[in-house]
Amino acid sequence: MTWSEMQPLLSQACSETFDMVFWSTLIAVAAGLPLGLLLVLTDRGGLLQNIVANKVIGQIVNVGRSLPFIILMVALMSFTRWVTGTTIGTAAAVVPLAIGGIPFFARLVETSVREVDHGLVEAVQAMGGNTWTIVRKVLVPESLPSLIAGTTTTVIALIGYSAMAGTVGGGGLGDLAVRYGYQRFETELMWITVAVLAVAISLIQFAGDFAARALHSRGGRSGPAPKLRLLKAKEPDAAGVGKAA
Amino acid sequence: MITTSGLTKVYRSRGRDVTALDGVDLHVREGEVYGVIGQSGAGKSSLIRCVNLLERPTSGTVTVDGQDLTALAGRGPRAGKELRQARSRIGMVFQHFNLLSSRTVQDNVELPLEILGKSGKERSRKALGLLDLVGLADKAKAYPAQLSGGQKQRVGIARALAGDPKVLLSDEATSALDPETTRSILQLLRDLNQQLGLTVLLITHEMDVVKAVCDSAALMEKGRIVESGTVSELLATPGSELAAALFPVSGERTGADRTVLDVTFHGEAATQPVISQLSRTYNIDISILGAAIDTVGGLQIGRMRLELPGRYEDNVVPIGFLREQGLQIDVVGQEAVLVKEGAK
Ligand SMILES: Nc1ncnc2c1ncn2[C@@H]1O[C@H](COP(=O)(O)OP(=O)(O)OP(=O)(O)O)[C@@H](O)[C@H]1O
Ligand SMILES: [Mg+2]
Repeated sequence: MTWSEMQPLLSQACSETFDMVFWSTLIAVAAGLPLGLLLVLTDRGGLLQNIVANKVIGQIVNVGRSLPFIILMVALMSFTRWVTGTTIGTAAAVVPLAIGGIPFFARLVETSVREVDHGLVEAVQAMGGNTWTIVRKVLVPESLPSLIAGTTTTVIALIGYSAMAGTVGGGGLGDLAVRYGYQRFETELMWITVAVLAVAISLIQFAGDFAARALHSRGGRSGPAPKLRLLKAKEPDAAGVGKAA
Repeated sequence: MITTSGLTKVYRSRGRDVTALDGVDLHVREGEVYGVIGQSGAGKSSLIRCVNLLERPTSGTVTVDGQDLTALAGRGPRAGKELRQARSRIGMVFQHFNLLSSRTVQDNVELPLEILGKSGKERSRKALGLLDLVGLADKAKAYPAQLSGGQKQRVGIARALAGDPKVLLSDEATSALDPETTRSILQLLRDLNQQLGLTVLLITHEMDVVKAVCDSAALMEKGRIVESGTVSELLATPGSELAAALFPVSGERTGADRTVLDVTFHGEAATQPVISQLSRTYNIDISILGAAIDTVGGLQIGRMRLELPGRYEDNVVPIGFLREQGLQIDVVGQEAVLVKEGAK
């Protein structure tokens, strides 16, 4: 296979992966952020304490988090068809990816928001702020570096999931590597795919880490940068980056 | 300005009840600096947090500037609109400053104004004015992490003043600061109290803080106020623990068969003639164990520790003589008997 034959395949796969990951991240963040905040707010002693709601949300998030992605994908087939009208293609892959990403990100949000000093919440309460003010002006901005780190982790996890989603019709780089590398023994193309993925993940990690650290060290704050929570600690460089602060 | 009556607070944790406040009646007058002092766990923080209802009292009422806050609080755990409005008129400063690290100094000071819905222009004008007032005009664009502890507390104070409060609550505002910085922050509080007519309720475990700035003080023990009053009232109260702590005189008894007296005099009350008169009239040798003059809450106070020969019973008449001269006499070692009823 020559480069001119591989090039269009690669660029199409890249754009498919990008689409899948971009849209699913967007949805996961948009839905996971309020969910993660609710997990903190409804907890015992929280501003919107509601133990029943907290347990229910917590359980849903746990189940969503612990289900292997491949099973989630199959289980969601009929839902996916209902939403997108099909179960194959990039758009169809976004549905299980987004749904897998929501609880993943929600837990990261929960951990980040819990780390916000309660004294800040009290200070704003003492000023006469309501819960919504506290969320907007304290909880989110104060945990932003850590939320960005969580988003990076989510993007990387979703790139991993997208390879799986790709093999059942979503396309993308994972699909390309399997179809050509595994089924047609085009090892060269497979290695290029692997290299592209590795570079993409490193760049995302680097950019996310840079943004988180830039925000964190605003005003020369010393102290540990937010840890990147790599629940799937596969990326060997990422663990090192987290500590490098 | 601030009145609490019958304030109790019981924390329930893991089925065990902790009574942090046990019927506290506090009365802080308008324009004064009122210090509450007590040991760790006495309930000081619980008390101040009940004043703006950050902590819901179990029973009792809190009135600030004529408004019954406990009535505004409602039943639910969340603060309703009226309570939030009332809170915005009460400033609060914290031991650990509680500044938002994601905002600049100026934006931190603007936060209460954002909550009050003020326009951007008004907010920045007000914030810069307040930063000027606390001496940090040049730090407006800095982040809290770039400031020293004392500077952070100044920002905390500026922020607390943003809503034009009549009342400032301070929970150990100087406890995280070194003595030098503590003095400058206390001086700032005193200035604000005098310039703005701000009523200040401050909590501390350091007697020096009370001595430096307070007009009145209360001593808390195990959730109760055991002594309270203006500094001069306290100093005039025989056997007052607060008075003794505010203004200690040292000097050890030289022998077992002696009576030791603490004589307190205010202002220029001349004691020397009285003491020599005492010595002549009763023909006794008086030794002065220790003496000091100090300024407490803006008042000049003198204290002297005298030793008379013989036991207390032998000295009832001379002590009566001193009291007749209008001096305040505390018999050291006799507190338990005499004093407590005197304090009532
Ligand atoms: N949220 C809470 N839950 C349970 N118990 C509490 C709570 N807050 C305070 N207490 C208890 O109430 C008592 C009074 O505490 P408080 O914090 O008011 O004391 P303090 O005088 O401020 O002490 P310190 O000088 O150490 O700050 C203590 O026994 C404390 O353990
Ligand atoms: Mg305390």
